[in-house]
Amino acid sequence: MEPVLAIVIGSLYAAGLYLMMRRNLVKLVIGLVLLSQAANLLIFTAAGLRSKHAPLVPPGEAQPVGDFADPLPQALILTAIVIGFGVIAFTLALFHRAYQVIGTDDLDEMRATDT
Amino acid sequence: MRSIILRSATRYLFPIIILFSIFLLLRGHDEPGGGFIGGLLAATAFALYAIAYDVKSARAMLRADHITLIGVGLLLATGAGIISMLVGDPFLATQWVTLNVPGVADVKLGTPLLFDIGVYLVVVGVTLMLVFHLAEE
Amino acid sequence: MNVILVLPVLLPLVCASLMLVLWRKRRAQRILNLASMAGMTIGGFVLLVLIYCNGIAVLEMGGYAAPFGITFVADLLSAIMVTAASMMGLVVAIYSLTDIDVRREAFGYHPLLQLLLMGVCGAFLTGDMFNLYVFFEIMLMASFVLLTLGGERGQMEGAIKYVTLNLISSAMFLAGVGILYGMTGTLNMADLADKVTEIEGPLLTALSMLFLVAFGVKAAMFPLFFWLPASYHTPPPAVTAIFAALLTKVGVYSLLRVFTLIFVHDPGTIHMIILVAAGFGMVCGVLGAAAQNEFRRILAFHSVSQIGYMLMGLGLFTVLSRSDSEETRLIVQAALAGTIIFVVHHLIVKPNLFLISGVVERLGGTGRLKDLGGFYVSMPLLSGMFIISSMSLAGIPPLSGFWAKYVLVRASLGLEHWLIAAAALFTGLLTLFSMVKIWAAVFWAPPPEYPLLDEHERDQAKRGLQPMILPIVVLAALIVVFGFAAGPIFDVAMMAAAQLMDPSQYVDAVFPIDEAATLNAAVDGDTSP
Repeated sequence: MEPVLAIVIGSLYAAGLYLMMRRNLVKLVIGLVLLSQAANLLIFTAAGLRSKHAPLVPPGEAQPVGDFADPLPQALILTAIVIGFGVIAFTLALFHRAYQVIGTDDLDEMRATDT
Repeated sequence: MRSIILRSATRYLFPIIILFSIFLLLRGHDEPGGGFIGGLLAATAFALYAIAYDVKSARAMLRADHITLIGVGLLLATGAGIISMLVGDPFLATQWVTLNVPGVADVKLGTPLLFDIGVYLVVVGVTLMLVFHLAEE
Repeated sequence: MNVILVLPVLLPLVCASLMLVLWRKRRAQRILNLASMAGMTIGGFVLLVLIYCNGIAVLEMGGYAAPFGITFVADLLSAIMVTAASMMGLVVAIYSLTDIDVRREAFGYHPLLQLLLMGVCGAFLTGDMFNLYVFFEIMLMASFVLLTLGGERGQMEGAIKYVTLNLISSAMFLAGVGILYGMTGTLNMADLADKVTEIEGPLLTALSMLFLVAFGVKAAMFPLFFWLPASYHTPPPAVTAIFAALLTKVGVYSLLRVFTLIFVHDPGTIHMIILVAAGFGMVCGVLGAAAQNEFRRILAFHSVSQIGYMLMGLGLFTVLSRSDSEETRLIVQAALAGTIIFVVHHLIVKPNLFLISGVVERLGGTGRLKDLGGFYVSMPLLSGMFIISSMSLAGIPPLSGFWAKYVLVRASLGLEHWLIAAAALFTGLLTLFSMVKIWAAVFWAPPPEYPLLDEHERDQAKRGLQPMILPIVVLAALIVVFGFAAGPIFDVAMMAAAQLMDPSQYVDAVFPIDEAATLNAAVDGDTSP
């Protein structure tokens, strides 16, 4: 499973970075989404894909029985997804507004603040 | 969008979704569920209402301003952490009270529930803020 | 201790939520903002004194024991940073009373400022890698909105660059955290300091580069600084000032923390890279600033070179790969102390210069140097404050900047890193050139022939100027005091640096040594051959 996921993560990073290097605002935001999803998958894979069993405590027991998956990476990813959701929502709103104010979606034309 | 089918369906779906979201909120401590997913579901209900009717009536349905909802939610969630500090435990340590409701059962109430309700309100507020703003564009 | 350690995070959170409830009440928000900042400042000083007297303090959130729950750890460096940050928050909150217009207030300027402070203080205090990421994101979200509040064209363009680069660095940070967890099975910083020794060196070095780039973007380290000069001059001056005070410092703090506590296995490579980046950053930033012709753009570019100075102390850590003698360690400790002094010095001086630029822009109608002039005659007090702050930035004795640079250059000479010392001195010279350029154009030059604001507009702008002048005077006084109290400040910085040099103090604070366990280990050690 790991090699497959490694390839998927690599392709996501590649696609995300490629999109970000285009000059288009919309492609930029899609690239950002891909990048953060790739990072989430990376946590998921790097922390180990060990067991199929959920880390839940069955009724009447004090701790999970047998081999169980590590719950921490999942908690990390959940947090990262929620943060990513907020950030991407903001970015979309910002880019939309920027498009209205500046009147173009071409990143090469946004040079007023550079020097 | 003006669709009679959607409108009449929404009228029945709306309370069911809200009830289910509260159910998810309450079972969240021991079983899958919780404030976040419950809040998302409740927000969906309002979003559905906004699609079926319009944003204005969905806002009226919500009654409270969503910014107030976020504020109150944050206060509740932080309050859950502060309660334990008042008792002398570290910030966010869980505190439990067992209420004896005669004839029903012993009900365990704790700060995690307060925290979850806070999260629920924040999620409803934030999601609806996004949805309403984007829908009004 | 329980309360005082979470106060810098809890107070702004509670106040921000209260402000959300009081969304339409501008007055109440202003008062809450000031009260919260004042409370944080007092809390910060109490924390600083407590840590100074009692050593590193630890709080386990929710009562979950250390490697499993989230821990808050305050060592002397954290306490210094929290105190300085909340003080700047208070100063900027006062300045905002006039500088921030009603429209920005209505869109939630005050709660955002609180959340920014919360994220920054949380990042300084947390002892957990993932929690650090979360606080970073809180800080970033608040800064995104503060940067774009108002929605002018320049702000939008600056924000696109700022947001994109910071999101990339966040994604890298997150990937680094994931790999770190995969390799060690823990994210608690103290636990990590222990566990990373089990990992092969080259692998750890590769991983450390992820963190170096991620934090480097936030700190505006040499090749990664482009977002800073593109965005810092676009929002209102109060926002620029709080950004200049806090945002890059969080990056520098994280670099300091991670590269003295966790990734210390190969200072010959990792810290050498930091040192080289520091040198190039200093020179690049100051040359970039020399080419600018607008008040705030010059200052923004200067930040890049100042970050170079801060990283210089950390980069000198590299010497430890060559020799680990007591004497070398002491000089490296002095270099780290220099970094800490420089961070605090920059945290006061740079925002003050931005605050002054805000007053100038308000009265002159623009920040372009060629359209300004005559402020020496019309605002003598402001000119004096500018002289103090700018000379301190350039490193003229006896002001704060001189001591910060003196300690750093002295340490680099002691460690025989001549090149970086030369770069530091050369940068100081060019900084002086830029500052004199501003002085000559804005303050000494005769007033422009065709002022952008007519008599009436100028009078309008002058109204309610006291809340803008007061913070500037307070900060300038602080700069002078800082310069004359350099001895005691150096002692405190040396103490903080000593804690950084000796990670076992940090680890022992988080995992108090169980006396029985040590005894057993000792007995075992005796019986085994």
